[in-house]
Amino acid sequence: MKILTTRMEAHPSDSHTMERYLATDGYVAARTALTSMTPAAVHEEVKASNLRGRGGAGFPCGVKWGFLPPDTRPRYLVVNGDESEPGTFKDRQLLERDPHQLIEGIIIAAYAIDCHRAFIYIRGEYPKPARRVEQALAEAYAAGYLGRDIFGSGFDLELTLHLGAGAYICGEETALLNSLEGKRGEPRIKPPFPAVEGLYGKPTIVNNVETLSNMPWIVTNGGAAYAALGPEGSAGTRLFSLSGHVRKPGNYEIVMGMTFGEFIEQHGGGVREGREVKCFIPGGASAPWFTGDQLDIPITIDDVGKAGSMLGSGAIVVMDETTNVVAAAHSIVSFFAHESCGQCTPCREGTSWLEMVLARILRGEGRAVDLDLLLDVSDNIAPGLGWPPKMTTICPLGPSAVSPVTSILRHFRDEVAAMIPAEVPVA
Amino acid sequence: MAEWSSSSRVDKIIASYPDRKSAVMPLLYLAMAEHGYLPDRAIREVAELVGMTPVQVSAVATFYTMYKREETGRYLLSVCTSISCAVLGAADVLHAVEDATGVPAGETDAERVFSVEHVECIGACGGAPAIQVNYELVEGVGVEKARELVQWLRDGEPQVVNGDEMQALFGGQRSFDWGPAETAGAGGPVPALESLGTVGEAG
Repeated sequence: MKILTTRMEAHPSDSHTMERYLATDGYVAARTALTSMTPAAVHEEVKASNLRGRGGAGFPCGVKWGFLPPDTRPRYLVVNGDESEPGTFKDRQLLERDPHQLIEGIIIAAYAIDCHRAFIYIRGEYPKPARRVEQALAEAYAAGYLGRDIFGSGFDLELTLHLGAGAYICGEETALLNSLEGKRGEPRIKPPFPAVEGLYGKPTIVNNVETLSNMPWIVTNGGAAYAALGPEGSAGTRLFSLSGHVRKPGNYEIVMGMTFGEFIEQHGGGVREGREVKCFIPGGASAPWFTGDQLDIPITIDDVGKAGSMLGSGAIVVMDETTNVVAAAHSIVSFFAHESCGQCTPCREGTSWLEMVLARILRGEGRAVDLDLLLDVSDNIAPGLGWPPKMTTICPLGPSAVSPVTSILRHFRDEVAAMIPAEVPVA
Repeated sequence: MAEWSSSSRVDKIIASYPDRKSAVMPLLYLAMAEHGYLPDRAIREVAELVGMTPVQVSAVATFYTMYKREETGRYLLSVCTSISCAVLGAADVLHAVEDATGVPAGETDAERVFSVEHVECIGACGGAPAIQVNYELVEGVGVEKARELVQWLRDGEPQVVNGDEMQALFGGQRSFDWGPAETAGAGGPVPALESLGTVGEAG
């Protein structure tokens, strides 16, 4: 069962064009919603679908829309296409291969929440996906599916493409809003949440690209049909990005519920050169790692949560037994140190310390105290080192940097310790 | 007022936001396409257009890695070193690019042909290891192909770099099926986009 990737699989040569989109029932759902359903009825279908946000936090989409204060206007809809979580490349495919599916989803969502001004924020490093969206926007405006009086329904919607410029943190919704307002992309303290006080201080819904790409199907088939797919709490299909030491990396759309082991075998063709899984990241660089012994965990939001990690952005990174786990953790920690916006001390200082200590272990200059030092610094960023992490910072970036560190020290402590040279006694 | 900043493109960008301050990011891209990077002059020009102080614009420009405050080479080579690329040899690819260009990461050569940088995840994890040339993507680029890519740029000096062309010549494993090839590409170290006027045609 596939929803998001049906068109691009059936029509690889032109799935991104208006012509193909219309020939495959494109914009029928938006027309139906705008001309024969009330906004409240569309919202009800989305609530009934149990669709949870696909950006990382997994918050129920229909519930989020319900947080909008009833009487304040204007409202804004902002599409988060700032996909930057290491391991994640699914939104890139949706933007590049089926941009009209997203635009139709935006029209439906905007109608449901009574919003007439929407923005798509795409990361700056995605010029090709942005070009495809830009082209699709021009086609949609020319066809009258955007602009004034769409489908003769009286509903107006302006949709603007905005390009980021290289900052992971802008994937955090309040940082994204600051960026869109022309400020540095620094996260805001919540509450107030964007639904109450978002873009330009007005009620704003921020939804991920994949989340909104599901809207046409939900309107066409009904929320209940969507909710019926997959186990409870993980409704619908989901596009997972599989990378690392597998034979066939790629994006694979599945109904959730199969185990990680099955997914890696069936879709990824197993581990390269017949090797074993040493460890894997179940949900992007921010997620704590699982080991090769945990491949039987089912891919559902709740099962992964119970096992101490998260499905996050849907990025699965597989590492085989040749992997130097300290080097892998160092890569991820360096990422967070580089991307820390610098507002909060535990994150700004802590990520740099973690990076420095891991780097010296890698160089063979580690000290016996370093293992405890890594845990101590981590504890200062996310006290107690539990999951989900306790926050000392405005946003979850800092605590995310702790995930790879606690992962290697929990699962591979002996291996890390073995990289530290014996202390030479002072003569 | 500089010529670029009085264009209809600028008016159109500003008009597409409820608040002109929101136009600071696309206008910084336009200014960079004009000047090749963001000298103080460009910061002042953008500040005037959006009604912010130069210091405020500078604070924005320095927050984002794609806004370059120093002159870059004609070809900006960005090597991804994040986790999926890292476990598939990104460090070796970066060394190969540094060696072939003679430019250490973070620097530009004296002739301003190449700038080299290591960057965080560019969303090409299924095609690791990956490189961008002026933000045009090439996936599945190992050490040897990375060297050949540098040599190709040096010898051919293409006016416009195009991801599909480079992928066909030097790429390997891709994250997913890219679909039909496109001829649009980047004429400089700025993302190639119609609304920014920075898109060029390869060939």
